[in-house]
Amino acid sequence: MARQIGDVIVDLQNISLRFGGVKALTDISFNVKEHEIRSIIGPNGAGKSSMLNVINGVYHPQEGQIFFKGALRKKMEPHEAAEQGIARTFQNIALFKGMTVLDNIMTGRNLKMKCNFLQHALYWGAAQKEEIAHRIKVEEVIEFLEIQDIRKTPVGRLPYGLQKRVELARALAAEPHILLLDEPMAGMNVEEKQDMCRFILDVNDHYGTTIVLIEHDMGVVMDISDRVVVLDYGKKIGDGVPEEVKNNPEVIKAYLGTSH
Amino acid sequence: MLYREAGQFKATYAEDSQIFPIRQDKIGFWVLMLVFGVAVPLLSNEYWLKAILIPVLIFSLAAIGLNILTGYAGQLSLGSAAFMAVGAFAAYNFILRIEGMPFLVALVLAGLTAALVGIMFGLPSLRIKGFYLAVATLAAQFFIVWALVKFPWFSNNSSSGVVTAQDVTILGYTFVTPESKYVLTFLIVALMALLAKNMVRSSTGRAWMAVRDMDVAAQVIGFRLMRTKLLAFAVSSFYCGVAGALYAYTYIGTVEPEGFNLDLSFKILFMIIIGGVGSIMGSFLGAAFIVLLPIFLDNVVPVIFGDSLGAGFVSNFQLIVFGGLIIFFLIVEPHGLARLWQIAKEKLRLWPFPH
Repeated sequence: MARQIGDVIVDLQNISLRFGGVKALTDISFNVKEHEIRSIIGPNGAGKSSMLNVINGVYHPQEGQIFFKGALRKKMEPHEAAEQGIARTFQNIALFKGMTVLDNIMTGRNLKMKCNFLQHALYWGAAQKEEIAHRIKVEEVIEFLEIQDIRKTPVGRLPYGLQKRVELARALAAEPHILLLDEPMAGMNVEEKQDMCRFILDVNDHYGTTIVLIEHDMGVVMDISDRVVVLDYGKKIGDGVPEEVKNNPEVIKAYLGTSH
Repeated sequence: MLYREAGQFKATYAEDSQIFPIRQDKIGFWVLMLVFGVAVPLLSNEYWLKAILIPVLIFSLAAIGLNILTGYAGQLSLGSAAFMAVGAFAAYNFILRIEGMPFLVALVLAGLTAALVGIMFGLPSLRIKGFYLAVATLAAQFFIVWALVKFPWFSNNSSSGVVTAQDVTILGYTFVTPESKYVLTFLIVALMALLAKNMVRSSTGRAWMAVRDMDVAAQVIGFRLMRTKLLAFAVSSFYCGVAGALYAYTYIGTVEPEGFNLDLSFKILFMIIIGGVGSIMGSFLGAAFIVLLPIFLDNVVPVIFGDSLGAGFVSNFQLIVFGGLIIFFLIVEPHGLARLWQIAKEKLRLWPFPH
């Protein structure tokens, strides 16, 4: 493979997150290295999505530290995480239903657009130039994910699998350093899963994007991940390359199960 | 057969992102502009201009304002009439108190004043959504009208709170005739509609729609909720404010705070529901519909039912039809007349060979 795993880009140390009396995450530490595909697995309610929400600033952990690109990260809002190059997709599709595929993906580039609303109102000169420059970038993503034929369709009309793909496109349009994917293959059939896997690997390979992936399909996870972290009841019970995790007795007990 | 984009190829993204990408639409638009900009003022009579066309234009502008806030940014507001009142009284005071204030500058300042007030009443939107926000904007509606009555300074100490709009003069030309007032209103409304359309089709509009459709996702991809929502309130109130000023200066002539009551706010809300939520064209269709319907019923009902029913029945009948239509639109076509027009165009593209 062309890509080379780099240094640690996100380092989570002793993260604990509580909602009132409910402990969602307890003392979790792991790191993500540049250009790798890092999976988070675990049973339902293990705290996987909460983990992603901590990374991109939707939730603020009560304890623990997050180092991002080597620097200690202060409490931050989601849009600040976005500014630092963290993009994500959601477990339940979070597209903007009333907008077309093209507009949805264009929103992904909002942080790179500098014109203000008065320039937009005139739509002349700088604003139009900017719009077109970003459209060209968006069209590259559209081509990359093979959704040219639906670019003018309102996303509400698309089937589930394609919506997932559009959501990935919107995240990619931001040219993120880190891409957080929350169950990108949930509810898909085999062909759709294969397509999605191909896209994830391509993104990782082509753009060198670091990927943090939550997924329940163990075949997929073990195939495409570089390293896997396993959560159960908000605690970390395993961490390592797929082979290691697969043979970890605790992980087998909590999640993978044994054949009888 | 005539309405078909066959053979019209787009070779650049600039061509593809025009307001009217299809040639027939573009021609239709300019024909409409010529009819309403040139033919109507030349041919129409005073009644039509004064009682129908000018109010339709002004309400369209207010409806665009509300549509930006409610249709695009998803923040339900019941305070549009109050923001119109702010615009009307701000324009009156700017012209009254500043010597030699040009009308167009006063109009912009009136809009900006309304925008400021809008931002103030938009602050609760950062915390509350939906119905609760609607109630918060209701506070704006009552508070502003109360303040304009309570402090006589706003109406230059007029005893009843009624103010009479000064003459409209631009570059030495005074707009007295209905024709000239119509043309002035038409130009301002057309320009502002174009600016609104440009805003909603670029990044600003996408930010509004993103916040409307799913605010958490909008935040995660980098939109700032506070800035986006407050900008929607500001722009929306600016439009309502200018509409209010025009309402005073080119339509009614004398206004009082009580004229901008909750009824008017609801009327504007009905306009965008019937015309099309989230559509600039829908704002025009809705305004025309709401202004024309009562006049239409006034003329038609006595013809059908005869004079025996009396005036009371006719005005009640209006309310019944209004209510019925709003329920009808909410159930059948929540995107209003604008969506019906779009569906008609889609059908027309295939007509007469739909298979």
